[in-house]
Amino acid sequence: MKATPLIGLEVHVELETKSKMFCGCPADHFGKDPNTQTCPVCLGLPGALPVPNEKAIESCLKIGLALNCHINSLSKFDRKQYFYPDLAKGYQISQYDQPFCSDGFVMLDSGKRIGIERVHMEEDTGKLQHVELEGEKVSLVDFNRSGVPLVEIVSRPDLSSSAEAKEYLKKIHEIVRAIDVSSADMEKGQMRLEPTVNVCIENESGTHYTPLSEIKNINSFNFATQAIDFEIARQTDEFNKTGTEKTAINKTTRGYDAVKKITFLQRTKEEAKDYRYFPEPDIPPFILENELIEKLKGELPKLPDQEIAILIDLGVGSNDAKVIVKAHKNAMETIKTVATANEKIDIKKLASLIVNGKLVYANDKDLLLKQYQELTKVGNTNTEELKAVVEKIIADNPDVVSEYKKGKTNVAGFFVGQAMKETKGQADPQTLNKIVLDILK
Amino acid sequence: MKQLHELTIKEVHDGYLNKDFTCVDLVRHFQNRIEKYNPKLNIYLALNSNVLTEAEAIDKEIAEKGITRPLLGIPFAVKDNFLTVGITTTASSNILKDYHPQYDSTVIEKIKNAGAIILGKTNMDSFAHGSSTETSDFGPTLNPWNPEKLPGGSSGGSAAAIAAQLATVALGSETAGSIRQPAAWCGVTGLKPTYGRASRYGIIAMASSTDSPGPIGKSVEDCAIVTEVISGKDPKDATTSPSPVEKYTESLYATDLRSVRIGIVKEYLLTEMREDVKNLILNAADKLRLLGATVEEVSLMDPHYSIGVYTVIQRSEVSSNLARFDGIRFGHERDTFCEETKRRIMLGTYTLSAGYYDAFYKKAQAVRTKIVDEFDEIFKTYDAVIGAVSPGPAHSLGATKNQPMFGEMEDVLLEPSSIAGLTSVGVPCGFVDNLPIGLQITSNQLKESTAIKIADCFQRHTQFQLFPDLDKTI
Repeated sequence: MKATPLIGLEVHVELETKSKMFCGCPADHFGKDPNTQTCPVCLGLPGALPVPNEKAIESCLKIGLALNCHINSLSKFDRKQYFYPDLAKGYQISQYDQPFCSDGFVMLDSGKRIGIERVHMEEDTGKLQHVELEGEKVSLVDFNRSGVPLVEIVSRPDLSSSAEAKEYLKKIHEIVRAIDVSSADMEKGQMRLEPTVNVCIENESGTHYTPLSEIKNINSFNFATQAIDFEIARQTDEFNKTGTEKTAINKTTRGYDAVKKITFLQRTKEEAKDYRYFPEPDIPPFILENELIEKLKGELPKLPDQEIAILIDLGVGSNDAKVIVKAHKNAMETIKTVATANEKIDIKKLASLIVNGKLVYANDKDLLLKQYQELTKVGNTNTEELKAVVEKIIADNPDVVSEYKKGKTNVAGFFVGQAMKETKGQADPQTLNKIVLDILK
Repeated sequence: MKQLHELTIKEVHDGYLNKDFTCVDLVRHFQNRIEKYNPKLNIYLALNSNVLTEAEAIDKEIAEKGITRPLLGIPFAVKDNFLTVGITTTASSNILKDYHPQYDSTVIEKIKNAGAIILGKTNMDSFAHGSSTETSDFGPTLNPWNPEKLPGGSSGGSAAAIAAQLATVALGSETAGSIRQPAAWCGVTGLKPTYGRASRYGIIAMASSTDSPGPIGKSVEDCAIVTEVISGKDPKDATTSPSPVEKYTESLYATDLRSVRIGIVKEYLLTEMREDVKNLILNAADKLRLLGATVEEVSLMDPHYSIGVYTVIQRSEVSSNLARFDGIRFGHERDTFCEETKRRIMLGTYTLSAGYYDAFYKKAQAVRTKIVDEFDEIFKTYDAVIGAVSPGPAHSLGATKNQPMFGEMEDVLLEPSSIAGLTSVGVPCGFVDNLPIGLQITSNQLKESTAIKIADCFQRHTQFQLFPDLDKTI
């Protein structure tokens, strides 16, 4: 029997625009007093109308471009309808059949392409707080988050392990941070994850697919990994017991219990909501001109994977390149400038000095250059001159020489050290080392 | 000499400048009339308690600076779906009974900035769901021409306020006929601007894709003045048009209509239409010819198709727009919605449901596009099309009982232009059974000036804009 997991991911990213998606209220809601950042629009008061935030749409398009998506020249918003106390209007403004971006991909380090089905724009909901007030259990609604711009990134089910899922998520996280649209702080709920999992089982009776399950609202990469692994095992086990296969109607929604490390059933497809999507009549459709898309492309910085590739091309070791790009913003540009401006610089060495911490990285090419020169100062390589110095030291230390002859070869370092001292550190250590070994031979 | 309630905007301003009367005088005069006639007609649901203070301030302004604002000291009746800070706004629904808005709608802000005074809020079909004002949770408004008749709707209170002369001018809103039809049934003038010409911000939504606020008045001129004030791009309404607002008042006082081409729509002279109503429309066409216009018969899609399109789209949007009244925040449960509103929510929910969306909503949008294209084609040749507003005069009270499609049948001639987002003026064009009949003059999007010019010229050369003597009629 062969079991191949099929994993897709829905990732929600809260954008860090100044104002909310459809009104002028501040989008930064974290830790603010409840309901202090609201207006008729995000409270869904009668008569209020949404006006789309252009900056947020541009950010969504940038995410799409960074994920190699096609930008749809004709796009629109739709209403997704359901009742919930934190949903002020009774519908969420989202995008249904004409998202801003579609058909992109993320490349894993293995070279495997993970397809992106769509990247669309929507608004966040308010938040419920279940508390006890004067001895009574009540639910309070805070609408500060209502209307905060949210981008949903939907992958195809191309991931086949939790490790791949984690790598994919980390890449998405790096990309949205690199293009400066969101800090994607998981603890603040700025990035929320929903894996959809099933397993393809091939055995003597043929190929079988287990029923799909969608795991809701996970807020850490590790929980996502655990939930996916649990779900793969659970589904495989379930299939072995029951033989139940995927049908059009047996998809389930599950939650993840991070304490017990298990997923649990929330609802079945029969109970699934019919969202009654229809085009949002309050917002005219969008015609996205090529000009705008080109402009946004021009504004995109180099993405982490592109920076890594450039560094590797320049001769940096691939692990070093990854470490540097991850740790330092714009490091690729600075390193590239330093290395190309000065022929004597070994970029591989420069990179490894940064990675092993000998060289303290700074986004300042002069500072980098100075440190590098200090650390790699090339000393006196005049063999004749140095040979004289070494010969004298060897002659002065016959006992050490005899130890060497007895096989304690590491005492060679003693002569190198002495010679260095003698030359006041001006000698090139490698040249010295060679001379010492030659004479002692 | 005319009495104060009979004056148009211009006449009021002349009176202020000649010191014939003050704004306080005018407001007091209307207050007296409202006190006398409103209990019988049920036009106003709420009155502005601050109105005399506002009038005093205006008198001071006029004394100091004269009249520098287009609506200075003009008393308005406002349909109760426009949010007004300080005056309750209910959309004639119990679910919003005693609702105090937190902000003014953009149109209200604009008329206030232009110096208008709001006398009070007028009755309407609950959430504008109807063409009779009979679905109001606060009882029907009666037609000032005959209290056994309906005023039409949904802006029935505003139209009746003008017919009964309980305000100088009024604001209504039209989704499909809700300005023109009550104006016709009450024998006054109504103007539906192009969809997106005037902001919807702060107007309790009915069908978002066709809602258009507009004036109801004693004359085309008054409607033109108000439309000029309330129109324009609103940063708070993404569907408003960025094109500059024309000076509609410059289209007034045309001496003739030479070089104007008008189509009289064959299909709008319905077979079921009464002969006497049909004749009034044909007479109006003759009058327009006499004024120099070319009037030719044109053909458009059978307007009955629009009923299907409009019903599906409007019910769909209604079911969504009313979701916010979820029983949690506005003090009343969803079962407080009236029967008609519940029916519309049910139908709209159904048409948007999985498996039905394509058959209903998508199909309706496709036909809508066809209707738009058809008008586009007509307006390549013609400046306007004309037809009756309603197939007949005002119906009797109770006519809507057990008639869930009453409004749609009455508005059959108005729904095509609303679906296409066109502008249209309704003017009185005669009487049958002592009840007024309205003529619609419809022009292409953003061609308010054209419709205004034709309607104004027609009105100045006819004597159909009459007012009932309330002491005799009620």
